[in-house]
Amino acid sequence: MEFLAIQFLNGLASASSLFLVASGLTIIFGVTRVVNFAHGSLYMLGAYIALTIVSQLPRDPWLYWSGILVASVVVGLVGVAIEMLLLRRIYQAPELFQLLATFGVVLVVEDVALWIWGPEDRLGPRAPGLRGAVEILGQRFPQYELLLIAIGPVVLLLLWLLFTRTRWGTLVRAATQDREMVAALGVDQRWLFTSVFFLGAFLAGLGGALQVARAPTTLHMDLDIIAEVFVVTVVGGMGSVPGAFLAALLISQMHAFGIMVFPKITLVLTFLVMAVVLVVRPYGLLGRPPTHPRAAGLARAQPIGPAPRELRLVGLLALAAAAILPPLAGEYALIMATEMAILVLFAASLHFMMGPGGLASFGHAAYFGVGAYAGALLMKHFGAPMELGLAVAPVAAGLAGVVVGFFVVRLEGVYLAMLTLAFAQIAWSAAFQWVEVTGGDNGILGVWPSAWARDRTVYYLFVLALCAGGTLALRHAIHSPFGYALRAARDNPLRAEAIGLDVARIRWVAFALASAFAGIAGALFAYAKGSVFPTYLAIPRSVDALLMVLLGGVETLSGPIIGALAFHGLQEQLVRVVEHWRAAMGLAIIVLVLAFPQGIAGHVRDRWERAR
Amino acid sequence: MTMKRRTMMKAAAIAAVAAPSIARGQGAAIRIGEINSYTAQPAFLAPYRNGWNLAIEEANAAGGVNGRRLETVFRDDAGKPEDAVRFAGELLAAEKVDLLSGGFLSNVGLAIADFANQNKRLYVASEPLSDALVWGRGNRYTFRLRPSTYMQAAMLAEEAAKVDARRWAIVSPNYEYGQSAAKWFKELLVRAKPGVEFVAEQFPALGRIDAGATVQAIEQSRPDAIFNVTFGGDLTNFVRQGNTRGLFEKRFVASMLTGEPEYMDPLRDECPEGWVVTGYPWDQIQTANHRRFRDTYQKRFNDYPRLGSVVGYDTVVSIVAMLRKSGGTDTEKMVDAMKGLPFESAFGEGPVLYRAIDHQSTLGAYVGKTALKGGKGTMVGWRYADGARYLPSDDVVRTLRPQG
Repeated sequence: MEFLAIQFLNGLASASSLFLVASGLTIIFGVTRVVNFAHGSLYMLGAYIALTIVSQLPRDPWLYWSGILVASVVVGLVGVAIEMLLLRRIYQAPELFQLLATFGVVLVVEDVALWIWGPEDRLGPRAPGLRGAVEILGQRFPQYELLLIAIGPVVLLLLWLLFTRTRWGTLVRAATQDREMVAALGVDQRWLFTSVFFLGAFLAGLGGALQVARAPTTLHMDLDIIAEVFVVTVVGGMGSVPGAFLAALLISQMHAFGIMVFPKITLVLTFLVMAVVLVVRPYGLLGRPPTHPRAAGLARAQPIGPAPRELRLVGLLALAAAAILPPLAGEYALIMATEMAILVLFAASLHFMMGPGGLASFGHAAYFGVGAYAGALLMKHFGAPMELGLAVAPVAAGLAGVVVGFFVVRLEGVYLAMLTLAFAQIAWSAAFQWVEVTGGDNGILGVWPSAWARDRTVYYLFVLALCAGGTLALRHAIHSPFGYALRAARDNPLRAEAIGLDVARIRWVAFALASAFAGIAGALFAYAKGSVFPTYLAIPRSVDALLMVLLGGVETLSGPIIGALAFHGLQEQLVRVVEHWRAAMGLAIIVLVLAFPQGIAGHVRDRWERAR
Repeated sequence: MTMKRRTMMKAAAIAAVAAPSIARGQGAAIRIGEINSYTAQPAFLAPYRNGWNLAIEEANAAGGVNGRRLETVFRDDAGKPEDAVRFAGELLAAEKVDLLSGGFLSNVGLAIADFANQNKRLYVASEPLSDALVWGRGNRYTFRLRPSTYMQAAMLAEEAAKVDARRWAIVSPNYEYGQSAAKWFKELLVRAKPGVEFVAEQFPALGRIDAGATVQAIEQSRPDAIFNVTFGGDLTNFVRQGNTRGLFEKRFVASMLTGEPEYMDPLRDECPEGWVVTGYPWDQIQTANHRRFRDTYQKRFNDYPRLGSVVGYDTVVSIVAMLRKSGGTDTEKMVDAMKGLPFESAFGEGPVLYRAIDHQSTLGAYVGKTALKGGKGTMVGWRYADGARYLPSDDVVRTLRPQG
C-alpha cells in the first residue's frame, strides 16, 4: 500500500515535468495552428542554458532559482526570434507547412548545441536546499520531486488566471476559437502571436531548466521528449491547457504503474494510451471540434486539371533520362537513383492522402515498414523469393491500411495525423520487441533480390518501372472519378455527403490505397538494402516523407516527386561533404521554406501560370 | 573536461594539411571506408575518431604499409542501418575503398556485415557489441574488435558469483544489447551459482528512463543485488534517483560499461561507490604501450583518452598489422590474414588476436570497483580481464555460429 502511494507520487512528479513542456506546445498550437516541431529543441536549450548559468553561481537558493528563471526567459526570447524571423513569413502557407520550417530549426539547434556544449552528457548541480530526501511512509522520497509535484498545479493555476483574468488571456482564448474573427475585430494578430510564442517557449525552457537538478542534460533531449509532448497535447485536446495537465497525469501514472506489471511496455505505452483516447474521444480529453475545420490554407487549393503539354514533356524527358542512366552513371549513382525512385513512390503515396485526400499522416512509415517486413518475413520464415514478397507487400500494407483507416478516417487534421502516428508506433514497437519473429532491433538480414535482379542495373530498371508505374497510377487515380470524390470530401464534407458521397468510405479507400503503394516502396527498399530494421517504420522516416511532400508542394501533383528528389539529394550531398551537415540541412530547409512557401513545385507552377 | 569541438576541428585541419607531406610512398594509398553514427553518438565517437586519426598518422609517419599511405573516408550514418548500407555501397563503388570498418550500433554493424558478406568485401567492425555479429549471423568477411556483450556479461557474472547475494534485480535498456546482456548474465550466474533468484526486471526505453518509478519498482522487490545495463543519460538519471532514495545502500551492484570514462565522467560527484564494473581506468594503466599511447594522445588532442579512443586506435593498429601480413589489398588475402592475426593493443596487456574460429578479437576489458576521488568517479582494485578467458568453449562456439 505504501508502495502504491509512493509510486503515485513518482507519477505526479513526471506528470509535472511533462505538463510544463506540453502546456507551451498546446498554447502555441491553439492560437497559431503551428505544429511546432522545435518545441523539444527549446526544452533542450532551456536545460543547457540553465545548466551553464547555475554551474557558475555560488550555491544559493535565490541565485539558483533566478538562474532558472533567466534561462527560461532567454528561451522565450529565442521563441520570439523564431516566430518573428521565420514563422511570421509563412502563416499563409498550406496547413502543416510551418512544420517543415520548425524541423529546420531542430536540425540547426542540434548542431549549435553540440558546438557550444560539446558531445558529453552534462550533469548539473542539485538544487540548493533540496538536495536530499524526506521520509514518506517509510520510503525515502527526493525533496526536489516534491517541489516538481507542486510546480505543475501552480503553473496550471497561474495560466488559468492569466487566461481568465487578463485582457491578453481573453484575446488568446478568442483567437484559439476563431482567429479570423479576432483579426476582424481589430486585434493586432502579429503582436498576439509573438507574445503567445514567447509564453510557449518560456514554458518549454522552464520545463528544461527544471530538469537540470534532476537528470543529465544531453543532446538527445529534444527528440526524446518531442513525441511524448505531442502525445500529451493531443490526448488533452490541442489548445486546452487543463487537458494537457490531465493527459500528462494520465500518461505518467499509467507509466509508473504499467512498468510494475509489464516492464517491457515502456516503448509503446504512451502511444497505446493515445490510440485508445483518440478512438473514444476524437478531439482528445478536453478538446473541442474546431469551429472551422478546414483552415484557410486549403481554401486556395485549385481544381486539378490535366497536366499542361510542357509538363508532360518534361516528365517524359526526365523518365527517359532516368531509363538511359545506367550505362552513363557509376555504380553509386545507380544506388542513389534506385533509392530516389523508391522514395518518389513513397512520397507520392503520402501525397495522395495528404493533398487530394486532405488526410495528413504522421505515421506513413508504418505501411512502408509493413511492406518491407512482409517481404523479409516471408523470406526468413518460408524462404519466399522476391517476386512473391513484392506481390504480398502491397496486400499486407493495404490490409494494415484498412484496419488503421477504419479508426483514423473519422478524425480531423492534427488529431488524425497523431492517431496514424500512434498506430505507426505500435507497429514499430512490435517490430522492435517481437524478437523471435522480427529479430528485434537487429532486424532481418539477407533480404536480397532474386538472382535475375541482383545486378544493380537490372534492379534499378525494375525499381524504376515499378515506381514510375505506381506514381503514375496514383496520378491517374487522382484524375479519376474517385479522385474527384476524394477532393470533394476534402473541400466540403457536408456538401459531398449531400450529393450522396460516402465521405468516410471514400477516405477509407484512399487511406488503404496509399498504404498499399507505400508497401510496394517499402518492399523494394528492403530488397535494395538487403536487410530490414525497425528504423524503416520509425518516426524519422514518417517525418522524412512528410518533409518531402511539404517541400515539393502539397497542392501540386508533381510536388511529392520534386520534393523527394530535392530532399534526399540534398541530404545525401550534405552528409558526405559537410561535417556539420545537420546545421547545413536545417539552414537549407529554412531558406527553401522562406523562398517557396507553396513548396518548390507549387512555386514553379505559380510563376509559370503568372507568366502565361 | 569537455571535448572542445574547435580543438577537434583544428586537429583535423592540421592533419589534413600535414598528411600529404609525410611518407609519400610509391603506389596508391590504401583507402579505408569508415562508417559510424557520428551525429547520433558524439560522446563516444568524437574520441574514437581522434584515436583513429592518431593511429593513421603514426602508421603514415612510419612510412605507411609496404610503402603505401593509409587514407580514411569517414561517413556518418546518423544511427540508421539503411543509410550505413548506402554508404557502404558508395565507399566501395565511388570511393574505391579497400575495406570497410566502423559501426557503433549493433544493427548498423549487422547491416554492414551482411552487405560485406554479400559483396565479398572485408569489414572490420570496431564497436558494435551484439553477439550476433560473430555468432548467430557471423560470416567470413566480418571481424569484430571490442569485447562483446557476452564477454562483458561473463566478466561481471564471475564477480557476481563471488558475493553472497541471492535475490537479484536487473535494470536494462529495452533493446537488443540490454536484452542479451540480461539474458547472458542470468544464464552464467545461475550456472556458476545455482539457487540465485531474479526478483525484478526493469526495461526502460532507451534514452527515456522514468528513473523515479524504475528505482521504486526495484526497491519494492527488496533485492540483495542489482545488475545494471543502462548507460549514458539513462544511467546518470538512474544513479541520481537511486542515490537520493538510498537504493544502492548495502546492495551489491554489478554494472556493464560504467567504468568507461564516457559514462563515468558525466556522473561527476554522484558516481556511486563500490559498484563492480567493466571499464577503462585510463589514468592508472601503466603498461609501457599504454603510457606511450596516453601521452601522445594527450599531447596531440589536449584531452585525455576515452575508451572510444582506444577502440579507434586499436582498430587501425589491427588493420595495419593485417595489411603487413597480407602484403596487399586483395580481399580474400586480407580475410585470411585477419584470421588468428595478433596485434598490440593500446592497453599494452600482451598480444590480442582475432580468433579464427569466430572472428572475435580477444581484446579484454578492465574489471574493478567504482570509487570517488577528488569529486569524480574512478576505478579501484581493477584488473585486466583478458577477453580470451571469457568466451565459450570452441565446441559451443561452433554451435552458435553458422559453419561452412
